[in-house]
Amino acid sequence: MDYLWAFIVGGLICVVAELLLCYTKLTAARILTIYVVAGVFLTAIGLYKPLVDFAGCGATTPLTGFGYALAEGVKKAVDERGIFGALTGGLTATSGGIAAALTFAFLAALAFKGKPK
Amino acid sequence: MIPIYKKDYKKYAEKTAQKSNVLVCCIKAFLVGGAICTFAQWLYNMFITRLGEENTRLLVPVVLIFLTALTTGLGWFDKLAKHAGGGTLVPITGFANAISSAAIDSKNEGWVLGLGSKIFTIAGPVILYGTLASVIYGVVLYLLKLAGAGGA
Repeated sequence: MDYLWAFIVGGLICVVAELLLCYTKLTAARILTIYVVAGVFLTAIGLYKPLVDFAGCGATTPLTGFGYALAEGVKKAVDERGIFGALTGGLTATSGGIAAALTFAFLAALAFKGKPK
Repeated sequence: MIPIYKKDYKKYAEKTAQKSNVLVCCIKAFLVGGAICTFAQWLYNMFITRLGEENTRLLVPVVLIFLTALTTGLGWFDKLAKHAGGGTLVPITGFANAISSAAIDSKNEGWVLGLGSKIFTIAGPVILYGTLASVIYGVVLYLLKLAGAGGA
């Protein structure tokens, strides 16, 4: 069952982006930014966590899930160390993903031919 | 009158074509995006029994990011993304693709101001506004806590 809901919820989140691409002039970069901020906001008002519990990776894999990780990280850090947690929580929770994306991108740039200058 | 009529017809035809295209695009985005999330769930279920929750939550996106960087370099990812649109853009694969394609495309412009800065062309805004939103949320949480503690 968890596969089915991951497929449906993940697919639907992608369809929303597809509709934004078709009907608005939003660029891909703007849509990604909107998704992350929306993920933080939806988590903050308590709507995203139930979706994650329900759909698992269907909710965490889209970039809204990146926002969810940021918001959850901040919440945990503020509980633990107060106002300082507001600064450390988000990036701490997402540091692994960001470091991996930068590292693999750099390795890909080393391994593959770039565009001629 | 005829040219106007022709123009109207062209407009109408374009509109209808766009409508059916949107439907096809949405179905493709749904199937590809859903498949990526299902694959992520499969990875999650594989890892969770051996690695525990914290490591699994890290490793699932890392595997997706690795596969994206590899297929971006090989040129396969762009072919899929052309059809899938939002289906490959929105999952963490879109973020990883934006970073790795920027890195590959800009490496001939130099390592520091070429690759080093352009790697953040799309990742930069995502990280900036995501972090900003999380800091605001953290401050609000802290203030709510203070107010709650003061009231109690």
